[in-house]
Amino acid sequence: MSEEKYLLEVEHLKQYFPIKEGFRTVPLKAVDDISFAIKPGETLGLVGESGCGKTTVGRTLLRLYQPTAGRIVFDGDVLFDSEKKIDVNMHPYRKQMQMVFQDPYSSLDPRMTVEDIIGEPLDVHKLYSSKGERRDKILSLMETVGLNAEHAMRYAHEFSGGQRQRIGIARALAVNPKFIVCDEPVSALDVSIQAQVVNMFEELQEKLGVAYLFIAHDLLVVHHISDRIAVMYLGHIMEIADADDLNNNPVHPYTLSLLSAVPIPDPNIARKSQRIILEGDVPSPLKMPSGCPFRTRCRYATEQCAKEMPPLTDRGNRHFVACWNK
Amino acid sequence: MADSKYVLEVKDLHTSFFTDAGEVKAVNGITFNLEPGKTLGIVGESGSGKSVTAYSIMQILAQTGRITSGEVLYKGDDITKYSEREMQKFRGSKCSIIFQDPMTSLNPVFTVGYQLEEAIRLHTNKSKSEARERAIELLKLVGVNDPEKRLKQYPHEHSGGMRQRDMIAMALACEPDILIADEPTTALDVTIQAQILELMQDLQKKLGMAIIMVTHDLGVIASMCDEILVMYGGRVCERGTADDIFYSPAHEYTKGLLRSIPRTDNMNEKLVPIGGTPINLLNMPEGCAFCPRCDEAMKICLKEVPDELRISDSHLASCWMNVKKLYESKEA
Repeated sequence: MSEEKYLLEVEHLKQYFPIKEGFRTVPLKAVDDISFAIKPGETLGLVGESGCGKTTVGRTLLRLYQPTAGRIVFDGDVLFDSEKKIDVNMHPYRKQMQMVFQDPYSSLDPRMTVEDIIGEPLDVHKLYSSKGERRDKILSLMETVGLNAEHAMRYAHEFSGGQRQRIGIARALAVNPKFIVCDEPVSALDVSIQAQVVNMFEELQEKLGVAYLFIAHDLLVVHHISDRIAVMYLGHIMEIADADDLNNNPVHPYTLSLLSAVPIPDPNIARKSQRIILEGDVPSPLKMPSGCPFRTRCRYATEQCAKEMPPLTDRGNRHFVACWNK
Repeated sequence: MADSKYVLEVKDLHTSFFTDAGEVKAVNGITFNLEPGKTLGIVGESGSGKSVTAYSIMQILAQTGRITSGEVLYKGDDITKYSEREMQKFRGSKCSIIFQDPMTSLNPVFTVGYQLEEAIRLHTNKSKSEARERAIELLKLVGVNDPEKRLKQYPHEHSGGMRQRDMIAMALACEPDILIADEPTTALDVTIQAQILELMQDLQKKLGMAIIMVTHDLGVIASMCDEILVMYGGRVCERGTADDIFYSPAHEYTKGLLRSIPRTDNMNEKLVPIGGTPINLLNMPEGCAFCPRCDEAMKICLKEVPDELRISDSHLASCWMNVKKLYESKEA
């Protein structure tokens, strides 16, 4: 993997949460041994059902959680390595890694003006020498995300959902990051507003060369914005490939059923397509099946699946799949 | 009861909410007919009045809300003139509704079985044990495994998909003629959404009820509906079959909506968003509600609400652009 330069490399990352069950404490394996890499200026889409650990991945990368094990390398610097006991102070790196949250209603402080919300990261990292410079920076950020200068003195509740998400994006951009974790940034927005925000993400990437980890459950939106897509199921990456490749030639049975379940807004395709309906629900991450976590809902499950988790193997063209049978 | 071809006719329905800030006109004259056994899709953004239309039919509006004019005919009978007692009989037995959020629409302090049996016993004179049998039968029908055990559980012990199945079972308890589904799958994961949509289509084939599907997801209605209403600002801007709406949209809003969503064929192109922000219902424009966001807006759009113009047998749209095109073709 080392011939190309990666902005972010994640190896064997694990994130367990301790859950008290009576007198015992059991680990909830939210993220269990995942590895991936993101190039500068690239978008990696992360999809999966609720509870599969996709949000946890994003938060662990930014070290909002303390990882249980694994290795995180950002821009050549090792941020975390459980074997070599490396655990750096994240403060200087937060200038380069930022996050946009799902809910534009609860991720902005209702008692702060827009100017202060966008200015806070500038204050934290002391990125200005005078008050005038601070204000100029804020106004230019607001312009970048399509807000007017007169909005600066208003409070978050005075804005619509789409505009609030713009404020959240301006806040993330304030420190000029190289990498942004976008955690379901458009799922709370109306369809007609979604497109505005998706376009803005794409334009900002062209202009600023920022890389995204784009977490969402809407596969069509993820396909549209991503260069590569990773499919997660119960803490594991099941398949990772280029966006078009994954959509045209899905290999893993879970990816297949996930893609077939997406309602396509085109009646002819919808009438022709055969939904592969998955039986049952996602198992509880506290009672994870042995071996491959998907085997309880998989049509192709064999004995081997119950014994061992299949490794992610390259099927050519940087298309990685974790399945024994496919 | 007057005879009618339709199981439900909604005629020029207006619903308003009277708030401190003024009258919020949520539904401004909506008309549609529903044939037995058919599926009608209502699609629109938040604030377009799609849910309020559904709630108006059921008369379960919030206290400040009121139907200000119009008729809702169930098999020819105007139910807006029903007394509350008559409405109680109507709800659940003739027409049921399932809501968006299966997490909050079940009562957490009663078992699922109790709530299901309550719905059955309210509308029939079945005994307790008969009601239990019927509840088990219903849960089997909606595909819940081990229904005897599941009935004794509380809603929090069921997953989201199963709770939506419980809700559907409850709605179908008295085999209603109409099932209103208000964003039934929005809170669910895609694989569970596929299960629920499949289930609804299956049950429709088996029981023959008509479905009103309220959603913002164009993908969901593309595969489900016989007729689609596109709503904006409390009015229907376009209606037609799925093919009409998706392949030959005739209203600027529908066109914009279709351009703005990612589809299989535009993955490598830029999306074309609709500019501006959704309409403020407190401050409705005089003319077409969509005109402040419309690229093609003309002078007349500002002043007058366009009437519905028939484009084909199944397809109607209310947009001045169509009137303009009609004139141009006549002149030519």
